[in-house]
Amino acid sequence: MSTALAKDRHALREARFEIEEFNYEYAATLDRMDVDGWVEFFTDDALYYVVARDNEEAGLPLGLIYCEGKAMMKDRAFALLNTEMFAPRYLNLSITNTRALSVDGPLIKATANYLLVETLVEETSRVQQVGKYYDTFRRTDAGLLLAERKCVYDSVMIENCLVFPV
Amino acid sequence: MDGDGRTGLDEPLADGRARRTWPDGDTRIPDWIYTDPDIYRDEVDRIFLGRHWNFVGLECEVPNPGDYIRSYVGPVPVVVTRDMDGEIHVFENRCAHRGVEFCREYRGTADSFICPYHNWTYSLKGDLSAVPFRRGVKGKGGMPAGFDMAEHGLRKFFVATRGGVMFASACADMESIEDYLGPEVLEEFDATFDGEMKLLGLHRNIIPSNWKLYQENLKDPYHATLLHTYLTTFGLFVSSNESKILVDPLGRHGGLLSRRPPDRPDVSEEDQSNMQAFKKAMELNDPRVLEFVREFDSKWSGSVLTIWPSLTALRQTNILNTRLLVPRGPNEFIMIWAVFGRVGDDEEMVRHRLRQNNIFGPAGFLGIEDNEALKFLQDGLMKAMPADGLALLGDDDETPDTIITERAIRAMYRYYRGVMGL
Repeated sequence: MSTALAKDRHALREARFEIEEFNYEYAATLDRMDVDGWVEFFTDDALYYVVARDNEEAGLPLGLIYCEGKAMMKDRAFALLNTEMFAPRYLNLSITNTRALSVDGPLIKATANYLLVETLVEETSRVQQVGKYYDTFRRTDAGLLLAERKCVYDSVMIENCLVFPV
Repeated sequence: MDGDGRTGLDEPLADGRARRTWPDGDTRIPDWIYTDPDIYRDEVDRIFLGRHWNFVGLECEVPNPGDYIRSYVGPVPVVVTRDMDGEIHVFENRCAHRGVEFCREYRGTADSFICPYHNWTYSLKGDLSAVPFRRGVKGKGGMPAGFDMAEHGLRKFFVATRGGVMFASACADMESIEDYLGPEVLEEFDATFDGEMKLLGLHRNIIPSNWKLYQENLKDPYHATLLHTYLTTFGLFVSSNESKILVDPLGRHGGLLSRRPPDRPDVSEEDQSNMQAFKKAMELNDPRVLEFVREFDSKWSGSVLTIWPSLTALRQTNILNTRLLVPRGPNEFIMIWAVFGRVGDDEEMVRHRLRQNNIFGPAGFLGIEDNEALKFLQDGLMKAMPADGLALLGDDDETPDTIITERAIRAMYRYYRGVMGL
């Protein structure tokens, strides 16, 4: 193996390790429904986009959630914490199979699988959403942040509604 | 129970079905219409497969010859196709041979449908075009000599389209879709649907409640002024707006029409004190979500149409969608949302619509609240002691600008009782 290739591989492995740590903190933040904290994982101009897999594969742009910029994410966080009516629940978000695909200057492209299990009062736990993140991370002075997180969900038929972001 | 009639259960009929008597008057709605499997079976026969036009999708979902989508007439799975001549067809998604639900993709493009089990093949019109080994092998077996392919196509529905919206009926002698909607509802329908739609995508969700509760929800301006912060605080639908509650003469279709003020709504202190969801001081970090790009020749900035039995159509600011209600037994239905823009939209307008659609859909600010409320409602109807719901608000002869009313819900159930013989 050439030295350059070995160096690339090393950089991807380092990036993956960093992203795994990032995703564990991200999941822990959402598990405790800290949506104000969730917003802080993103750059100001970030795109956060949750899209059904059938729409994505058909080239249809409709998002289940579509936030262009952190301000829109803040508005969603405010609504969830202050105005929205929904049943009490426990959230359990797992993020696995993390892959760093490329490192290009400050930008890292990565993917991961995610699984959100939701438990409502006196109900059995159920999979609320299962999907894959298509991410662009950016290294900033404040550390690693998401410049784009596209969440493509396989669970196209949604159980009632998705209350919290994934 | 101590025998004072609180259970509301009468002696069963001879065939074992429960005896059902609608309570006196039309301001009470009995629980059992939302939970009884016998009532549900009657609804499928008399309503969805009866003398009604069922919404099945938008023409922009099947824009080109050969395009198809899965859809439903009531609970019945159907395939909607556009044939090579551009005609729309709706037929049962059930092989005429043994009953296989053969079309398994959300959407696609094909020149025929082949049942995977025994390869019976159907045209885009639903006609049977090939049966393998029809003559058997070496002169043995195969179909009887008199087997007529023409008699063994897929079961077809009658189709009507208007303004890019597709409807299907099991009845051969339906009135036109225009007569079915009636002039007042048709005028509002035409204001949104002019055939110049472009599909942005679909949402699908399962709501654990009876399908009629969704029709009720969108005929219920009372809840709209109370449950939804986004509607009230930002003036999308609020007590101070100029509004009209439309009910067709038969009571089955309706509309909630509202005109949004140019700025924040001017709601009286008294009204504010009645509305927990009204957040006077709430400001958005990104107000683009609420921007209104004028695009329709209608005085109403918000129009919710309920077209009996399976369609609700929304135009709210620049959000455009249809919702198909697919019942799955008395206690559950699927909702299939088709969200669209306009053929002439540029990239920025598409993004504006995508941003605004955060308000609706199964993760939308209103969608979350309605879906949760309907789940809570069905829980109450299924689990608590039987009782009647109340629909007392307003008067049946009130002026149509009255919004604290359940007039449209009462009208719907007068029609429903006629169709159901209740």
